[in-house]
Amino acid sequence: MKAIVSVFAKDAKGITAHVTALLAQQNINILDISQTLMQEYFAMIMLVDLEDCKMPFHELSTYLQEKGAEKALDIHIQRQDIFEAMHRI
Amino acid sequence: MSYIINSSEILQTIQMIGQQHLDVRTVTMGINLLDCAHNDINICCKNIYDKICHKAEKLVETACNIEREYGIPIVNKRVSVTPISLVAASCKAEDYTPLAVTLDKAAKAVGINFIGGFSALCHKGFTESDLKLINSIPRALTETDIVCSSINVASTRAGINMDAVALMGKIIRQTADIDPMGCAKLVVFSNAVEDNPFMAGAFHGVGEPECVINVGVSGPGVVAHALKECKGKPFDDVAETIKKTAFKITRMGELVAQEASKRLGVPFGVVDLSLAPTPAVGDSVAEILEIMGLEKCGTHGTTAALALLNDAVKKGGVMASSHVGGLSGAFIPVSEDAGMISAVESGSLCIEKLEAMTCVCSVGLDMIAVPGDTKAETISAIIADEAAIGMVNNKTTAVRLIPAKGKKVGDRIDFGGLLGSAPVISLHEESPAEFVSRGGRIPAPLHSLKN
Repeated sequence: MKAIVSVFAKDAKGITAHVTALLAQQNINILDISQTLMQEYFAMIMLVDLEDCKMPFHELSTYLQEKGAEKALDIHIQRQDIFEAMHRI
Repeated sequence: MSYIINSSEILQTIQMIGQQHLDVRTVTMGINLLDCAHNDINICCKNIYDKICHKAEKLVETACNIEREYGIPIVNKRVSVTPISLVAASCKAEDYTPLAVTLDKAAKAVGINFIGGFSALCHKGFTESDLKLINSIPRALTETDIVCSSINVASTRAGINMDAVALMGKIIRQTADIDPMGCAKLVVFSNAVEDNPFMAGAFHGVGEPECVINVGVSGPGVVAHALKECKGKPFDDVAETIKKTAFKITRMGELVAQEASKRLGVPFGVVDLSLAPTPAVGDSVAEILEIMGLEKCGTHGTTAALALLNDAVKKGGVMASSHVGGLSGAFIPVSEDAGMISAVESGSLCIEKLEAMTCVCSVGLDMIAVPGDTKAETISAIIADEAAIGMVNNKTTAVRLIPAKGKKVGDRIDFGGLLGSAPVISLHEESPAEFVSRGGRIPAPLHSLKN
């Protein structure tokens, strides 16, 4: 299953490193990354593949949110289908 | 990024959900209860309880999983059932309150937010069971927490059952005397639909399958946000913007509906293309009308603005879903919409303008607090007016009035949660008692010579 991970935070050093490490620990493969700065806010969007991830989706979602909150990051994971449904006919 | 969806689109979706209150308002499971009928009310109750608990066992869990996986809030999980006046018709009991209590228990056992279907369809006349059910409403709504009741008193084909209209005025009055909150769970319809997922009017019609999933979407905040970009542009652009936004909102609803249907193994019914406001700031239908250029909702121009909004929402949504139904359109409940509350408080929105607005929007006079001493016949006359609008215009209209016990015009009544709070609105003092007491039926309208 493919999903979108979105990360929002105040810009700081090591955000990408922290998030990619979290994903790697769960055996999640990153297929694509895009990141931008909106004023002083950092926004990162990743397309990931959950094929080899053992953790059930809802646990993973809570896990990422909790781990993100420790570093003041707002991390969300959503199935890719919702974006396709909304933006493509 | 190399994959199909670009990051600005992803950010747009995330902002819609995070900042503009986009959500799926309800996933509603419709359940047929006709096979639960029994002449012993206790056995009938047991059958109903068992069937709801069996069919809706996984509803909340499934909706919560979808919510987490897609990151889209599903605010309410609900069940609608076959109108209880049909299910209970063979019961010998005079009081149907035990059936409402059973619905309440079953709803709480499966963890849903509301259950609808303590209903009767009496647009042409009453069955004995319809009368028993209607007379049970004040007690039934007081002794339960999450049971909703709806009564259909008129239709375009049958006309208006004025006996039912007169009776419902009394029933609303009696319910309010016990607890005004009961009236927030009671709606009187003209042309009620069988697949509506929204409360208080949801019931599972007899033309529906055994079990079905209907979804109601929401998103006034998203439309309001999109329209802010259209400042000063002509109405063609306004309509286009609303259509595009409604398309996106509905696609999300369609995805949730299809997914819920697949996971529960229950057929998908309809997506209700609705703009349902909440009391939260920025989630208001009135605000959309004001963004179109009205200083305050309720002023001259409001009906035209709402007509455009309602039509564009449907046009945008229709292509986004395989099956559209329910009430589909913009809702204008007063207590559930911060902009409406403010418009009533400022005096720009009155009952007559609300009535005019119901001619062009999805339902009717919804969640309006009226003075505590409002007479039953006045309530009946308001129902008759609204039913006439629905009957003549071939649309669903409804009345959900709350006589606010002990309160007068300008006071405020709080319902809590999604139901919000409402300022008590002013009504005419002149009596319609003689008109209402005539009884009988107002004949169905002519369908030619339309001018």
